[in-house]
Amino acid sequence: MLSYISRRLGISIMILFGSSFLVYNLAAYASDPLAELRLSNDDSAQQQIAALTRQLNLDVPPPLRYFLWLRGLLGVFVGNLDLGTTRDGLSVQSELAFAIPVTIRLVLVATITALLLGLALGIISALRQYSRFDYGMTFLAFLLYSLPIFWVAVLLKEFMAIQFNNFLSEPNIPFSWMIFFSIFTGVFWSSLLGGERRRFWTVFAGAFATNFVILWAIDLTDWYLDPGLGIFLIAFLSVGIAFGITALSSGLADVKAKKAALVMAGLAIAWYYPAQWIFDNYGSYLTIFVMVALVIGTGVLVAGAFSKIDRGPIARTAILTGVLCGFLILIDRVMQSWKEYSATDAVNYRPVPTFGQRKDQLVTEDFWLNNLDIIMHLILPTLALILISLAGWIRYSRGALLEVLNQDYIRTARAKGLNERVVITRHAFRNMMLPLSSLFVGEFVGLVGGAVITERVFGWQGMGTLGIKAINTYDLNLLMGVNLLLSFLVVTGNLLADLLYSALDPRIRLRK
Amino acid sequence: MTLFKRKEKATGEILAGGESAIANKEVEGLSQGQIVRRRFFRHRAAVGALVVLTSLILFVMTALETKIGPIRIPGWWKWTTEDIPALRFEDCPGGTTGCPTLSLKPGAGFGFGTHPFGQDDIGRDYFALVMNGARRSLMIMFVIGAVAGFIGVVVGSLAGFYGKMVDASLMRLVDFIQTVPAIIIAAVIGKAVGKVGPLYLALFLGILGWTGLARLVRAQFLSLREMEFVDAARVAGASNIRIAFKHILPNAVGQIIVAVTLIMAGAILTETALSYLGFGVVAPDVSLGLLISQYESSFTTRPWLFWWPGLFIISIALCVNFIGDGLRDAFDPRQRRRITKKDRLQAKLHTKAGA
Repeated sequence: MLSYISRRLGISIMILFGSSFLVYNLAAYASDPLAELRLSNDDSAQQQIAALTRQLNLDVPPPLRYFLWLRGLLGVFVGNLDLGTTRDGLSVQSELAFAIPVTIRLVLVATITALLLGLALGIISALRQYSRFDYGMTFLAFLLYSLPIFWVAVLLKEFMAIQFNNFLSEPNIPFSWMIFFSIFTGVFWSSLLGGERRRFWTVFAGAFATNFVILWAIDLTDWYLDPGLGIFLIAFLSVGIAFGITALSSGLADVKAKKAALVMAGLAIAWYYPAQWIFDNYGSYLTIFVMVALVIGTGVLVAGAFSKIDRGPIARTAILTGVLCGFLILIDRVMQSWKEYSATDAVNYRPVPTFGQRKDQLVTEDFWLNNLDIIMHLILPTLALILISLAGWIRYSRGALLEVLNQDYIRTARAKGLNERVVITRHAFRNMMLPLSSLFVGEFVGLVGGAVITERVFGWQGMGTLGIKAINTYDLNLLMGVNLLLSFLVVTGNLLADLLYSALDPRIRLRK
Repeated sequence: MTLFKRKEKATGEILAGGESAIANKEVEGLSQGQIVRRRFFRHRAAVGALVVLTSLILFVMTALETKIGPIRIPGWWKWTTEDIPALRFEDCPGGTTGCPTLSLKPGAGFGFGTHPFGQDDIGRDYFALVMNGARRSLMIMFVIGAVAGFIGVVVGSLAGFYGKMVDASLMRLVDFIQTVPAIIIAAVIGKAVGKVGPLYLALFLGILGWTGLARLVRAQFLSLREMEFVDAARVAGASNIRIAFKHILPNAVGQIIVAVTLIMAGAILTETALSYLGFGVVAPDVSLGLLISQYESSFTTRPWLFWWPGLFIISIALCVNFIGDGLRDAFDPRQRRRITKKDRLQAKLHTKAGA
C-alpha cells in the first residue's frame, strides 16, 4: 500500500511538472504580453516594455524561463514559495489565497447539494424503473446535460433575482400560478410514490390540496416579507422527520428506534426557545459546531437509554433526526433575519443579488445578517452549478443501483426473507456507493472548471475570474498559478479517488 | 413501506421463463446489425431526436449561401449576415426596435414575416445570424467529434493491443493531457487560434478531447484480445494490424460510437462556452455562444436576442444526447427492452398453446 502510494505520488509529480512545462510554453508562445505596448506610440511605452521585461524576465526564452518559475515553486520545500508577480506587480500567491476560498465555497456547496438531490432522485428513479417518474427523470437529466451553463445563469439572474425582487415589492401570487404549482407538485409526488390508479389520484389530490393551502396561506400572510417557521411548524416537521428517518433506517416496526427518534424531535422542540436566546447572544460558527456536537452526544445517550443491544442503528436514527431538527431551527433563525436584512440600506428591499460574492455596503457585526448575506449571494450561482451537475448524479446513481440490483447477493438477500427496505438500504445502497465515491472527487474537480463560467456571469472574484483575467491580459505567472492549482486538484483528486475506492471495496487491491 | 415495494411477477410470466426468455425470443435468428437497428428504432426518443436533428441540420445548412471553393449554392433565406436592412419598430413592445415577426398564431401575420427572430442593434437579420452561428457550431461539433474520435480510437487500440511499454507510455500521455485543466488550455489555445478561424479552433479542441475515449477503447481491447476468436485469427495467420482493426475493433465499435456522440454533445457546449468567454469564435465571425454573450445584457429589453441562440444550442445538444442514449441501448447486449403487458400476455398464450 505504502509503496503504491509513493509510486503514484512520484508519477503524479512527474506529470505535474510535465503538464506545467507544456502549459507554460504553449501560453508563452501563444501570447505576447508586450503586443499592446509595442503598438502604442506613447513615449513611456518603451520604458514600460523595459520594466515589464525586467520584472517578468521576458528576455529569457520560454523553455528556460519555465525553470526560473520552477525554482520559485520548488522554494515551497524550504518554506519560501514564490510564484512570481502579476503584471500589476502583485504577488500571485496572495491573489490566489484570496480567490481559492471563494471558489471552494461555491463549488463545495453546489457539489454536496447536487450529490444529495441527485442520489435521491436517481435511486427512486431506479426503484421505479420504466415508470412515468423514471422517464421524467431521464428526460430531465438529458435536458440538464444539454443546457449551456452561461445561458441558465443568465435566465436565473433574470427570473430568480430581478423578477423575484420585483415580485417582492408588490407581493401577490396570482391564482393561476397557485393552480399551476399545485398541479405540478401533485404530479411530482404521485408519480414519485407510484402505485395503482386509485392511489395515484389519492396522492395527487393530497399533494395538490396541501400545496394549494400552503401557497394560499403564504400569500395571505405575506410570509415572504418576514419568513420564519415558528415553533408549531417546527414541531410538526420534527415529528415528521422522526417518522421519516425511522421508516428509512430501521423501519417503523422498530419501536425502540421510533421512540428514540421521537425523543430527539421532542428535545429539539423543547430547545427551540433556549436556542433562540443562545443564537441571539452567542451567534458564531463555534456555537453551531458545539450544538451539533451536543446533538450527536445526546443521540448516543438516547439510543443507549432505549436499548442495550443493537445500539448502532438506533443511535444513527436518533442522531440523524436530531441533526435535521436542529437544522430546521437554524434555518428558522436565519429566516428571522430576513426582514432586517431586506430593510438595510445596502439591500433596499431587493434581497436577491445578481452580482458579486458579498455586499460591500453591508457593514454589520451581526453574525446572522452576515451569513444571510453570504447565503443570498450563494443561491443563484450554486443553483446554476447544481442544475448542471445534477444530471450526472441522477444518471450515475440510477445506473449504479440498477447494476447492483442485478447482482446475486441481492437475490440471496431477498431469498433469505429480508424485507425490501433492508435489501435496498443495507445491501444495495452501500454497494452502489462504491463506484460513486470515486466519481465524487472527479465531479468536484470538474465543477471547479465549470465554476469559471459561473463566476464570470455572477461576477465572483474566484479562481475562474483570475484565470480569465490572466488569459486576457497575457499574464503568464498568474495563469500558471491558476493552472498549477487546478492540475494539482486533478492529480490529488484522482489519487484520492483510487485510494478511497480501494479502502471501501475489499475486492480492489492496489498494485501495479 | 411503499417506497420500496416491488412489482410482483405474474405466474404466466414465470411459466414463460421470465423476462429474459421473452426478450430472447425476439432476437432469435437475427444478425448483430439487425438486432442493433431494431433496438435503436424501438427507442422512440432516440428516433425522434434523429429525425429532429437531421431536419435541423438540413434547415440550418440550406438557409444561407454555401461556398465550397468556386461553387456557390444559394440559400433560401432572403437576408445574409452582411445585409443591414432598416430597423423595424412597428408593433414592437415598449419602444424597442427590431422585434421578431415570427408568429405561430393563426390569422393575419401568421408565418415567418420579414425578420422572424428580430434584428440586432444595427439591423442585421437575427435569423441569418443565428443560422450562421448554428452552422459554425454544428461544423465545430462534427470536426471535434471526428478528430477526437480518430485519435482516441488509434491511441486506445494501440495501447490496448500492444500492452506493456506502449500501453504504459500512451496512458501516461493520457494522464498528462487530462491533468491540464481543459478550460484553461482551451482558452489559451482559443485565444491564439480563434482569430485564425473556427476550423482551427475545432481541430485544436479535438486534439484535447480524445483522452476519455482512448481509455475506453483501451479497456475494450484489453478484454477483447484475450478472447478465443483472436487466437483463432492468429492461428489462421492474420497480421497484428488485421487482428486489431478487422477482428477486435468491430467488437468495440458500439461503445466507440456512443462515446463519440457524447463527445460531440459536450463539444458543442464547450465551443459555445469558450465563445461566450471570448476565447473561441470571435467577431466578425458568428457563433451561438458569441451571440448570447453579445446580447446577454439586453435580455430584459429585447429577450429574443437571447432566446434563439440558446434554443438552438439546447436542441442540438439534446438531440445528440438522445441519439447517444438510443445507440447505447442498441449496442449494449445486457440491455433489454421493457417488457410490456402485451408481451407478457403473448408469452403466456404461447406457453399455453405449447403445453
